[in-house]
Amino acid sequence: MGIEGVGARVARKEDKRFITGAGRYVDDMVVPGMKHAAFVRSPHAHAQIKKIDVKKAQAMPGVIGVLTGKELKADGIGNLICGWMIHSKDGSPMKMGAWSPLAVDKVRYVGDAVVIVVAETKGQARDAAEAVEITYKELKAVVDATKALEKGAPQLHPEAESNLIFDWEIGDAKATDAAIKAAAHVTRMKIVNNRLVPNAMEPRAALGHYDKAEDHYTCWTTSQNPHVARLVMSAFYNIAPENKLRVIAPDVGGGFGSKIYIYPEEIVCLWASKKTGVPVKWVADRTESFLSDAHGRDHVSTVEMAFDKNNRITGLKVDTIANLGAYMSLFSSCVPTYLYATLLSGQYDIPAIHANVRTVYTNTAPVDAYRGAGRPEATYLLERTMEAAARELGVSPAELRRTNFITSFPHQTPVIMNYDAGDYAASLDAATKASDYAGFAKRKAAAAKKGLLRGIGMSCYIEACGIAPSAAVGSLGAGVGLWESAEVRVNAVGTIEVLTGSHSHGQGHETTFAQLVNERFGVPIDSVSIVHGDTDKVQMGMGTYGSRSGAVGMSAIVKALDKVEAKAKKIAAHLLEADEGDIVIENGALKVAGTDKNIPWFQMALAAYTAHNLPGGMEPGLKETAFYDPSNFTFPAGCYICEVEIDPETGTTEIVQFVAADDFGNIINPMIVEGQVHGGIAQGIGQALLEGAHYDASGQLLTASYMDYTMPRADDLPSFKVSTSNTPCPSNPLGIKGCGEAGAIGSPPAVINAITDAIGITDIAMPASPSTVWAAIRAATKH
Amino acid sequence: MYSVNYHRATSVADAAKLVKSGDAKLLSGGMTLIPAMKTRLAAPSDLVDLSRIKELQGVKVSGKTVTIGAATTHYDVANDEKLKKACPALAHMASLIGDPAVRHRGTIGGSIANNDPAADYPAALLALGATIVTNKREIGADKFFKGLFETALKDGEIITAVSFSAPAKAAYEKFRNPASRYAIVGVFVAKGKDGVSVAVTGAGDDGVFRSKEIEAALVKNFAASALDGVKVPAKNLMTDIHASAEYRANLIAVMAKRAVAAANV
Ligand SMILES: Cc1cc2nc3c(=O)[nH]c(=O)nc-3n(C[C@H](O)[C@H](O)[C@H](O)COP(=O)(O)OP(=O)(O)OC[C@H]3O[C@@H](n4cnc5c(N)ncnc54)[C@H](O)[C@@H]3O)c2cc1C
Repeated sequence: MGIEGVGARVARKEDKRFITGAGRYVDDMVVPGMKHAAFVRSPHAHAQIKKIDVKKAQAMPGVIGVLTGKELKADGIGNLICGWMIHSKDGSPMKMGAWSPLAVDKVRYVGDAVVIVVAETKGQARDAAEAVEITYKELKAVVDATKALEKGAPQLHPEAESNLIFDWEIGDAKATDAAIKAAAHVTRMKIVNNRLVPNAMEPRAALGHYDKAEDHYTCWTTSQNPHVARLVMSAFYNIAPENKLRVIAPDVGGGFGSKIYIYPEEIVCLWASKKTGVPVKWVADRTESFLSDAHGRDHVSTVEMAFDKNNRITGLKVDTIANLGAYMSLFSSCVPTYLYATLLSGQYDIPAIHANVRTVYTNTAPVDAYRGAGRPEATYLLERTMEAAARELGVSPAELRRTNFITSFPHQTPVIMNYDAGDYAASLDAATKASDYAGFAKRKAAAAKKGLLRGIGMSCYIEACGIAPSAAVGSLGAGVGLWESAEVRVNAVGTIEVLTGSHSHGQGHETTFAQLVNERFGVPIDSVSIVHGDTDKVQMGMGTYGSRSGAVGMSAIVKALDKVEAKAKKIAAHLLEADEGDIVIENGALKVAGTDKNIPWFQMALAAYTAHNLPGGMEPGLKETAFYDPSNFTFPAGCYICEVEIDPETGTTEIVQFVAADDFGNIINPMIVEGQVHGGIAQGIGQALLEGAHYDASGQLLTASYMDYTMPRADDLPSFKVSTSNTPCPSNPLGIKGCGEAGAIGSPPAVINAITDAIGITDIAMPASPSTVWAAIRAATKH
Repeated sequence: MYSVNYHRATSVADAAKLVKSGDAKLLSGGMTLIPAMKTRLAAPSDLVDLSRIKELQGVKVSGKTVTIGAATTHYDVANDEKLKKACPALAHMASLIGDPAVRHRGTIGGSIANNDPAADYPAALLALGATIVTNKREIGADKFFKGLFETALKDGEIITAVSFSAPAKAAYEKFRNPASRYAIVGVFVAKGKDGVSVAVTGAGDDGVFRSKEIEAALVKNFAASALDGVKVPAKNLMTDIHASAEYRANLIAVMAKRAVAAANV
C-alpha cells in the first residue's frame, strides 16, 4: 500500500469543493433563456379533481405557461412505473395503479403534483401557482396499511382491489408450521418499523432543456442513477429516444435511496420545456421534499420464532404488511420482498423460514428504498425477536446468538441467499470486548445510584450488497440488469480518466476509485479523474444504491484496469525488448523484473499514442472498457452494542456507549468507511430515537418540517467506537463487501433492545422519544 | 415570499409613522416573521425594520431595576455581564433559545410580540412580573400575554422595552422539543419581594400560565423537596404529536423541581 493506494486513509479529493461551497448542483446550473417552475400540489390526501381553471394564473405577471395533466396525456407522456414485477402467491401479477406525472382526475396523497406553472422567476411561478383554481371533491382517506386492507376502506386505485398490490410469500410454510408446532419454545412479537423521510441535504431538483434546433433534450437532475433515468424516461415515459435525451446528474447532495427513482417533476420539466419553448428549472423547497420524496420503511409484522430445547432456532414465520403509499415508486416492490424477506435468516442457521408479505396502497407519499432498503426492516424484526427470546429463555443475548450462528460457508439459507463468507463470532467477540459487555452490571448499578435506568442491547446484522447477478434478479422480476461498467482512458501523457456508471452523491468515489488506479499503476491520485453522472460521457451504468459501487462499480474498474495493464505491458515489453511476462509495474514505471531496465508510465502512454513503435498489429491508443456482472451478492455483517441511560422523570434517553464491529471484507479507504458507518449509525439512531413521519387520519403530514420532524443532530449522538474485521468476499476481485448501509441496518434494534432492557419491557415504539419512553416507564410501573 | 417594501426605521417615532403605511408589519430579528413570509403564511405589504434603532438596544441595570430594549438580541441578553449578576436566570434562559444563528438575530421584543405558546420569554416575564413598555403605555406581563400568539398590543403599537425588578432567586428549566427545540415545557421560578411565582410555557392550551399548584407548595417552603408528590393537573394542557397533556403535566412538576433546586444553588 502506497500513501495513496488501497487501504490508505486518503483525504477526500472532492471535499475541497464541497467545503468551500464550490460544488455544482442542479440548482447551480444556468442555461440561457432558463425559466422557473412551480408545481401546484394536492392539499387533499384523496379527492376527485372536478375542474382545473388556469385562466387567472395564465394572466399573472411573468407567466409563460400553465400546464395540466390532460395536456401531458394528450402529448403521449406515459405513466410512472414500478420496474420490478412481483407475482402474488396465486400467480397473479402485482396490481399497479396508474400514476400520471400530473394527476388528471384524482389525487391520492397530499403533495400529488397536479399543475406546473412556468414563469420568469421562481417567485412569479409560485404566485401564479396559487392563482390556479382547482375544484376538488374530497374523498375519505386511509393512511394506515392495515386499515387500508379492511372491508369498507377507501379505495385508491381501480386496478388494486382492497388496496392490495400483491400477496407474496417465500420459504416453506409447511416445514415452518411443523417446526413451530414441535418447538420447545416459541417467541412471538409484533414488530412495527416506523416510516421515515429521507431528508437529503440537497432537495430534489430538475432542469429540463429542449433544444429545438437539434430536436434534443437535456435533463439535469438530482439522480443516483442518471442512466436508468434516461432509460426509463425514453422507454416508458416517451420523452424522447435515448439518443435524443442526455441526462446529467452533477454534484448531488445526498440521496439515501430517495434519488434513485424517476419522479414526476423531471419528466414534467422536460415535457414543459418543449411545450413552452424555454428551459425549465424546478427546485423543491423543504416542504415539497417532506411531502413528495419517496419515504422509507413503514412495515407492520408479526413474527414467531421457534426454538428446540437446546435453544437452537428451528423455524421462523413472518407475516408483514408493507405500506407502499399512494403509488408504486420505481423499485418499491422489491424492497419488502427480495431485499427484505431474503435476509430473514440473519446470521443464524434456521432450517425453516416462511414469510408472507402484503403490500398496500394508502393515501401517503410513495414508499421506496431508503438507506438499507428492506434489510433494516429484516434486521430489526429478527434482532428484536432474538433479544426477546433471550429474555424469555433466560439466557444471555450474546450466547443465544452464538448458539445459532452460521459457522461454515458457503451457507444456503431457506430464503434464496447463499452466504459466501463471514465470521460472526469474530464481530460478536470484538463488540462485546470493546463495550466491556461483561462489566455492564456494575455500570447499571452505578447508574441506578444516580436514579437512572441503564440498559444494554445488541444487534447482530447481516445484509446483502451489490444486488446481483443480473440473470438471477431478472428471473425474480427485475426490469434491469445489475452489473456495472467502467472505461479507463490513459491519456498520452499518462494521466488517467476513469468513466464509471456508479454515481457519487457523498460516497467519495473520486477518491476511492482513484486509489484503485494508484495502487495498480502508481499514478498519483491527482492525475486520475473520475467521470460519472453524464449519459453523454459514460455509455451506460446502473448507478449507486444498495452499497454496490465498491463491490460492483470498482470491480468493473478492476476489469478495465486489467485490460489496460495487459496492453501497457505489451507495449513496455516491446520497447524494452523483454518478455511480456517479465514486466512489472513499480513506482510509476514498467520494469523488467530483476533488472534496472524500465520505462516510466507516461513514456509508455506516449508511445501508445505516437504509435511510432508498437508491437506488430497492435492498435494505437490506450483505452479499455469493461462490464462486470457479479456472481453473487456480498454479505457484510457485524455486531452492534448500544448502552443507554434513561432519566425516568423525563423519559430522556442518552446513548452512553455505541460500539460497532463490522466485517466489510477488504477496505479501500478506512477513513471513508468509518464516515459511512458513522453516518449510517446516525440515521439508525435517528430512526430509533428521533425520526418518524406522522400522518393524521385525514392524510395530512404532521411532520412536514424540521419544527416537527426530528433530524438527528450532533449532540443527540455519542462518539462511536467502530472497528472492522475482514473475511474477504470471495465473489469479487477486490474482496470487498460494501459499507454504505450497514450502520443504518444494524443500529435501530441495538438501541431499542437497550431501551427495553433498561425499562424491563418487551417492546416500545420507534421513535422512542422522551414522551414515548416516559409513558412506557409509567405503564411498566403501574402493572 | 411575496414582494414587499422594506423600510429601515431610524427612531421609534419614525417606525410608528411608517407602520401606518399599507398592510405594514414591524420587523425585528425576523426569525419568526421571515420564515412565515417565505412559506407564504404572512404577506405584509411593507416591513418596518426596528433592529437598527439605537434607543431599542441594550440592557440597563440600575439598582434592582432591569430594563431591556425591545431590539436586544437573545445573544446580547445571554451575555450581558450586568444582567448575569442581577438576574442570571434570564441570561441563562436566553442562552437556551434556538441555535446560535437565531440567538444572534432574534430579539426579546419580537419574541414577546409573537407570543408563541412554546417560546421561552413569556414564562420568564410572567414569573418576573415584568412590565412591557410600548410607545403608548406600560402593560403588566399578566395582562400582556393573552393566549396563543395573542397579546394586548394594538395595531401598530411598538414594544420599546421590558423592565422588571430583579428577584432574590430565580431559575429557568426547559425541556426541549426534540425537533424544534422550543419548549415542550419551560418553567421559570422566581422568588422576590412579592412572593413566589412560577410560570409555565410550552404546555398550556391557552399559552403561558402560572402554576397555582406549584406556587402553593413553594410559598410554604421554597425548596425542591416541597414539590415531592405535588401533582399538576393535565387539564388545559396541550396534546400534540410530541407530548401528551399527562406527559406535560409530569414535566411541569419535574422542571419546577429542578428549577427550584437551581435557584437555591
Ligand atoms: C430555528 C428557530 C428556533 C427557535 N427556537 C426558539 C426557542 O427555543 N425559544 C424561543 O422562545 N424562540 C425560539 N425561536 C423564535 C425566536 O426566538 C424569534 O427570534 C422570536 O420568536 C421572534 O423574534 P424576532 O426578533 O426574530 O421577531 P420577528 O420575527 O422580526 O417578529 C416577530 C413578530 O413580532 C412583531 N414585532 C417584532 N418586534 C416588535 C416590537 N418591538 N413591537 C411590536 N411588535 C414587534 C413582528 O411584527 C412579528 O409579528 C426560534 C426561531 C427559529 C427560527
